Amino acid sequence: MSRQVQNAAGRMVPVEINGVAAVPYAGPRGHQPTGRKTGPLLRSCADFPADGDKRVESIKQALVNAGLKDGMTISTHHHLRNGDRVANLVFAAAAELGVKDLRWFPSASFPCHDGMIAHMDNGVIHHIEGSLNGPLGDYCTEGRMRGTAVLRSHGGRWQAIQDGEVRIDIAVIAAPTADPFGNATGDRGPAACGLLGFALADSQYADHVIVVTDNLVPFPCIPWQIQGNNVDQVVVIDSIGDPAKIVSGSTQITKSPDRLLIAEMTARFCDEAGIIRDGFSFQAGAGGTALSFGLFLRDIMRERRIKARFVRGGSNQYLVNMLEEGLTDYILDGQTFDLEGVRSMRENPGHVNTSPFTSYNWNGKGNFASMLDCVVLGATEVDLGFNGNVVTHSDGRLLHGIGGWQNCLFSKCTILPIPSFRDRIPVIVDNVTTLCGPGELIDVIVTERGIAINPLRRDLIEAVQGSSLPIRSLVDIKREVEDLCGGPAAKPRLGQKVVAAIKWVDGTVIDAVRQLEK
Amino acid sequence: MSRVGEAGKREAGVRSDCWISVELRDAGGIAIALKSKVRALYGEAIEAQLRDGCRVLGVAHASITVEDAGALPYVLAARLEAAVRRAGHQPAAPLLPQARSGLKEAGERGRLRRSRLYLPGNEPRFFPNAGLHGPDGLILDLEDSVAPSEKDAARVLVRNALRTIDFCGAERMVRINQGLQGLGDLEWVVPHGVQLVLIPKVEDPRQVAEVDERITALSRTGEGCAEVFLMPIIESALGAWRAYEIAKASPNVVGLAIGLEDYTADIGAQRTTAGTESFWARAQVLNGARAAGVQPIDTVFSDVGDEAGLRASVLEAKSLGFIGKGCIHPRQVAVVHDAFAPTADEIDKAVRIVRAYEDAEARGLGVVSLGTKMIDAPVVKRALATVALAVRMGRLESGGGE
Repeated sequence: MSRQVQNAAGRMVPVEINGVAAVPYAGPRGHQPTGRKTGPLLRSCADFPADGDKRVESIKQALVNAGLKDGMTISTHHHLRNGDRVANLVFAAAAELGVKDLRWFPSASFPCHDGMIAHMDNGVIHHIEGSLNGPLGDYCTEGRMRGTAVLRSHGGRWQAIQDGEVRIDIAVIAAPTADPFGNATGDRGPAACGLLGFALADSQYADHVIVVTDNLVPFPCIPWQIQGNNVDQVVVIDSIGDPAKIVSGSTQITKSPDRLLIAEMTARFCDEAGIIRDGFSFQAGAGGTALSFGLFLRDIMRERRIKARFVRGGSNQYLVNMLEEGLTDYILDGQTFDLEGVRSMRENPGHVNTSPFTSYNWNGKGNFASMLDCVVLGATEVDLGFNGNVVTHSDGRLLHGIGGWQNCLFSKCTILPIPSFRDRIPVIVDNVTTLCGPGELIDVIVTERGIAINPLRRDLIEAVQGSSLPIRSLVDIKREVEDLCGGPAAKPRLGQKVVAAIKWVDGTVIDAVRQLEK
Repeated sequence: MSRVGEAGKREAGVRSDCWISVELRDAGGIAIALKSKVRALYGEAIEAQLRDGCRVLGVAHASITVEDAGALPYVLAARLEAAVRRAGHQPAAPLLPQARSGLKEAGERGRLRRSRLYLPGNEPRFFPNAGLHGPDGLILDLEDSVAPSEKDAARVLVRNALRTIDFCGAERMVRINQGLQGLGDLEWVVPHGVQLVLIPKVEDPRQVAEVDERITALSRTGEGCAEVFLMPIIESALGAWRAYEIAKASPNVVGLAIGLEDYTADIGAQRTTAGTESFWARAQVLNGARAAGVQPIDTVFSDVGDEAGLRASVLEAKSLGFIGKGCIHPRQVAVVHDAFAPTADEIDKAVRIVRAYEDAEARGLGVVSLGTKMIDAPVVKRALATVALAVRMGRLESGGGE
């Protein structure tokens, strides 16, 4: 087992992961990268058909042409969410070819990818570096995966590709529409998913890029979100995914009165703190509470005749309505959640597709996330130091990916609206089970029992002084909830074996997830 | 005789509740088989609580099976006690959760009762956060929202909730069942902090008197609040006919409410949005309440998705003279409060009248006038009431508009 050291957050982390040296977390902004960005292999257009037709007959043949062999890294993206068929087809083909010990490097995994467990059991996949939830999360947390999982934020994934920490041998990009040259877009076609931003780094940095589509159009595919000049091969198949599971017909607002209350309190906080003003910007996640927050915010903006300069999404029908109603100049979209979002992206020049490079990348010359006036995010746990956990449940099981969560913490005001307990489980704990976000960056925690402001944010505390908001200390809310729940929860029994490493946005290791004991 | 009892819920989708089966035995001590969503975090705490509970209840030998979906301790206790009772064991002592402080503090007779939020008495997941939505009253309902086969389990649960849950300043209300069952409900709630009892389907003042007598008898034990208020609900033609007598049936009656679903069925009419069919009954209840000096309270608005409809309905009730409305969803509370509040115009006008009145009084004038208009005494009285209400609802800084 690799040696472990205590990092700047006080967490014990391995100094080597899957045989590669790892840097311990050094604080929210403590790590300074050096050197040059990595790059893909040099290629020549003389090696590609002059007529631009890069089609091959099957995914399997494309993998053979790409030189697939044992131990390689294959990446896929998650814009098709739980409707994705392509990742499963790729590993089925790899299994048929008898290849072993692959590393799967998805931008996220979904329940539709549970079949990867069989590929890990039979040796085709060695380990996964990406989000792990449901049965895949249990498989990992129970210590059954051969390698160590590595969980990164969307921005951290770009950083890891860009600085050479992860070299992608073969990127397979599911494309709702593409041409034979490899230009591709996500905003149209039977499996339309909006944008393809999560696949952009893969297309630019992988040694070999395969575009898989079920909607081939003659050159040129306009718009091209993925540039064909980066693409080696194009495969046409019957269906890349199940449209019903890619985007929802319409996004559902929560009906839970408690979640609505929390969302309303969050919007009121933003109002009282002076965040909602002409030209402001915000980002809210895709969960029910965050969506409802957007509606309460919209009501305040309408009443005051306030217009945002831009909103970041996760776009959905509600953000689209705000754009069309003139409540914001732009939607800077990171992924599209419903059909209205896809339509708007296709039709409205104010609805702009973005990528983890523009929005989140630590190794970029700035990014959008830190420019936001306010972001509203979820968490599974928070602790008295305002630290947040978003990847494990209090019982120690992996249940979520990091997504853009860590990257968004750099906004000017980061707010976590969360229930103070779920069923019997308190959400405010002494120390988070897994540290994903440092308390220095988490400003406000809104629960149905009160709003806690990070003592570091004296400006926010002063801004809402004298308001009717129920401002309380975290300790106070925690005590009340523990009274209700019958004391603090016991800690899960964890072994020493590290089953997953949690990367910070700069590639350092902020925490490790340990195997659950039976 | 069966020696097995079960209580609680275990269907798919159940949250914050549990199902407990108790099989009483003659030997072997307490054996527990626990399946819990929160086992890793509270498994040991749950087992310890169940063992301690058995000791209090006087159960020495039993096989206990639990399927838990994150029930809070007061719910676990209630389900255990209900299962033990159903198994045919008369507990040595009830399994009471520790009482919150302030449980004996009585309510305030004339408090605001704009909203009363109904909570089904056998659905514990709604209890802990209901008060956070700020209703004037929270009703733990033992009547229509509880299936006849679950009345006994709901009594235990409601008792435990009264002792445990923070009502956040809302009046602690319980709606009891009709008749003898309702009188039986009282011993489960009166010694445990209920502040107001809603009596359903009242059509005879004697029904109110009986409830009042039973409460007085129970209060002599020294447990519970010194005063328990009553709110009879009129839900029939006969009840409406006798509204005044019913409101006067006990000095503890503080409000008279109307329930229209049963009333319209009773008179053989369909309930309509316009409500013409119930106008007489509502006016009768309103006048009966006012004549008896108690608060007139309107029926519930049952379409939880229709916020505009709710607002219109409250404004209509307010225009008739009602001061409260029933809610069946927490999101209705803020709308109801907002609609019952005096409008800015109303407050402005009332303040000017009150100022003129105070001015006239200070100058020893017998006649109050505003500009060139003379103001009658009842107008002054209503303006004073509006100002007082605006202050109570936080719409005005202080009385008199200085």
